[in-house]
Amino acid sequence: MAEAVDVTGLRKSFGRTQALDGLDLHVEVGEVHGFLGPNGAGKSTTIRILLGLMRANGGTARLLGGDPWSHATDLHKRLAYVPGDVTLWPALSGGEVIDLLGRLRGGINRKRRDELLERFDLDPRNKARTYSKGNRQKVALVAALASDAELLILDEPTSGLDPLMESVFRDVVREEHRRGGKTVLLSSHILTEVEALCHRLTIIREGRTVETGTLADLRHLTRTTIEAELIGLPDGLAALPGVYDLQADDHRVVFDVDTDTLEPALRKLVDVGVRSLTSKPPTLEELFLRQYRKEPVR
Amino acid sequence: MTGTGSLIRLILRRDRFLLPLWAVLLPLVPVGYASSLRALFPTAAERAGYARVSADSAGFVALLGPLHGSSLGDLVAWRSGFLLVLAGLFSLLTVIRHTRTDEELGRTELIGAGAVSRPAGLVAALLVALGANVVLAVIVMGGLIGLGLPVAGSVLFGVSFGLAGWAFAAVGAVSAQLSSSARTARSIAIIGLGATFVLRMAGDVDALGGGALSWLTWVSPVGWIQHVFPYGPSALLPLFLALAFTVAAGLAAVAMVSRRDIGEGVLPARPGTPTAGAALSGPIGLAWRLHRGMLIGWLAGFAVLGLVFGGVAKSIADLADENSSLSEILGRLGGSTAAVDQYFATALGMMGLIAAAYAVQAALRLHDEEGTGHAEAVLATRTGRVRWAAGHLMFSLFGPAAALLVGGAVCGLVAGLALDNVGREVPALLGGAAAQIPAVWVLATLAVLLFGVLPRQAPAAWGALAVCFFLLIGGAILQLNHWIMDLSPFTHIPHLPGAAATPLPFVVLTALAVVLAAAGLTAFRRRDVPAI
Ligand SMILES: Nc1ncnc2c1ncn2[C@@H]1O[C@H](COP(=O)(O)OP(=O)(O)O)[C@@H](O)[C@H]1O
Ligand SMILES: [Mg+2]
Repeated sequence: MAEAVDVTGLRKSFGRTQALDGLDLHVEVGEVHGFLGPNGAGKSTTIRILLGLMRANGGTARLLGGDPWSHATDLHKRLAYVPGDVTLWPALSGGEVIDLLGRLRGGINRKRRDELLERFDLDPRNKARTYSKGNRQKVALVAALASDAELLILDEPTSGLDPLMESVFRDVVREEHRRGGKTVLLSSHILTEVEALCHRLTIIREGRTVETGTLADLRHLTRTTIEAELIGLPDGLAALPGVYDLQADDHRVVFDVDTDTLEPALRKLVDVGVRSLTSKPPTLEELFLRQYRKEPVR
Repeated sequence: MTGTGSLIRLILRRDRFLLPLWAVLLPLVPVGYASSLRALFPTAAERAGYARVSADSAGFVALLGPLHGSSLGDLVAWRSGFLLVLAGLFSLLTVIRHTRTDEELGRTELIGAGAVSRPAGLVAALLVALGANVVLAVIVMGGLIGLGLPVAGSVLFGVSFGLAGWAFAAVGAVSAQLSSSARTARSIAIIGLGATFVLRMAGDVDALGGGALSWLTWVSPVGWIQHVFPYGPSALLPLFLALAFTVAAGLAAVAMVSRRDIGEGVLPARPGTPTAGAALSGPIGLAWRLHRGMLIGWLAGFAVLGLVFGGVAKSIADLADENSSLSEILGRLGGSTAAVDQYFATALGMMGLIAAAYAVQAALRLHDEEGTGHAEAVLATRTGRVRWAAGHLMFSLFGPAAALLVGGAVCGLVAGLALDNVGREVPALLGGAAAQIPAVWVLATLAVLLFGVLPRQAPAAWGALAVCFFLLIGGAILQLNHWIMDLSPFTHIPHLPGAAATPLPFVVLTALAVVLAAAGLTAFRRRDVPAI
């Protein structure tokens, strides 16, 4: 069994809202998988179904080889979860919450706990009601990351963290993965985070999967931006299928080009002579924006 | 102060149902007292007889304060003694709700970023509470003057009623500055209210015996107001004391709000422990942490309730011997034991309903925990749904049961000592209190059923409790159909002590509670979480 998460054609509706509409998600054991989508796309709903908190209306969902609804408590022994909106019991201290969640999961690695508290710069004595959103998130992260779970499910775990803490988070996730070969399902809005951490990713929109694959796979689908200073004027560049948004001004050209058309386009430039050239590889940001533009799915 | 006006409008909008509920209904109670006391004691001689017994009864003086004179107005003002405390309670809750509660939820920060001055939120909440008490005072005056009571006395009584609310609105304003937690702020203010009540009670009861502690009354705002005697000597000094107290406490609160950071309390937040103790290791340990404050508070409250209810026993017995008309009301069979039993059956019925309020509050913790997202965090661990719910259910079943037993035992002990019959009263009242438990459980498990089946509507359990309250208080007088009366589980509890009891109703109610709990938990196992 090589898939930690195996979701096919998942459907879920809340009254008239169709939250999930045939969603697919496949996470292999040992990988860090990014789960991207705009607000309301259905990320949290998918995760709650995987945790057996909600029941799907259709499709199949398997988690660590088991049925998430009927084997919920057994499966939960093997995972740690950080909810999207972390709220803590206001009268408990951060340290108490971490220990409590750890014990409810079946144990916590004390050494790791103390080390993480230090790295996240968190005072475990403060009452939860005094914590900011970022600090609440740190509490949940320390509790999850200090557990010996084989699967980490993190729902937008860094949305309240400052950049410094975000980089601590990245380091820790990488370590966890390297040390224990943990599987991580990371739902996120923060693209640089996904780029930095994930081996593969799945992009969803309006309850459906729109893209899935490795970063390299997805870049394949995207355009590179070329900016060049030329000696002559290129011919027929605008006519090439796969070249977009061409701006020519004297000897300077700027355009976007599909990866498939990159070679013929560059040939045209070389033909007239190139003085300087910069190319910007597509960022996940652009990929994301293109997937999110309000055109209907498919 | 910039922004105060718009904040007042916001509060009035948010509280458009809640505020009239107490500001209008509470002042109708003394008006009701006036008409029923007039019907009960139509002649001056009868009133004088009633007043004579009451004025010397430690129990009555403890609960309601001292009685001066025997005119209808005197009796109404005296009977309304406890209502002052309620006006204070509602006022302080209103102020805290619109200050610290908002602040804790981060709403103040949102507003603070807008064009409002620093103390505007506090001032707006205070002004609303003060205004509500003005409405209350006007209704009291209008109602009593309308019934033909003396104008000057009625105006003074209305003013003193309203000032009780004012004083505790200011107490609420101060306590909201002290702690960063709304729950703690409420506890501080309510303990303050309780303490002023106890001081007044001790001072007044002591004064009956000409004791040396009667000055205690004069350190208590509740005591000041109860010594106005609006229809008799009309002392004005206590009113000025209450007014000065309100102004001083209000200004102190405004000074504090201007000096502290948003979200912080004046009292430093106590740091917690850096690691969890051994008890906090599972769903039951967590439930204990979440329920223990409530449990201790309710146990203490029931002990006091038992003390107050039991303390009146002697005067009920004396009263029954002296006033035949009242003994008829209290114990239709006549004779002082029957009257005392009848009184206790009613008192324990009240205790049962109050315990049901605790039971509903504790059971709805399930709903609260789901709404805040805490349930999700626990249910994503190896804790199963039923185990998680059972932790809270346990406290909602056994907490109120323990509170009833404490209340019954204390009540029996105090009454037994006063009547020289501990051997009879303790088991009788303990039994009478225990008899309420199955009915309480029905309400607790009704809340669990709602939580399972209609999670968003679970707070409707409070509505069911209100119906039971209404049927107990108003059902007999309004002569409602027995079908309607039977809706309340409390209708089926025999009136103990005194009445004959068979096991059947207890068995049926307990079985009903088991069915409701099982149905609620089964539905909860099958539904989405969170569904709120
Ligand atoms: N308990 C619920 N009741 C009704 N609608 C819900 C509920 N939970 C989520 N939704 C709706 O389902 C959709 C997907 O939500 P969610 O899974 O939270 O998205 P995401 O986590 O990607 O932001 C949204 O339209 C949201 O409003
Ligand atoms: Mg979400």
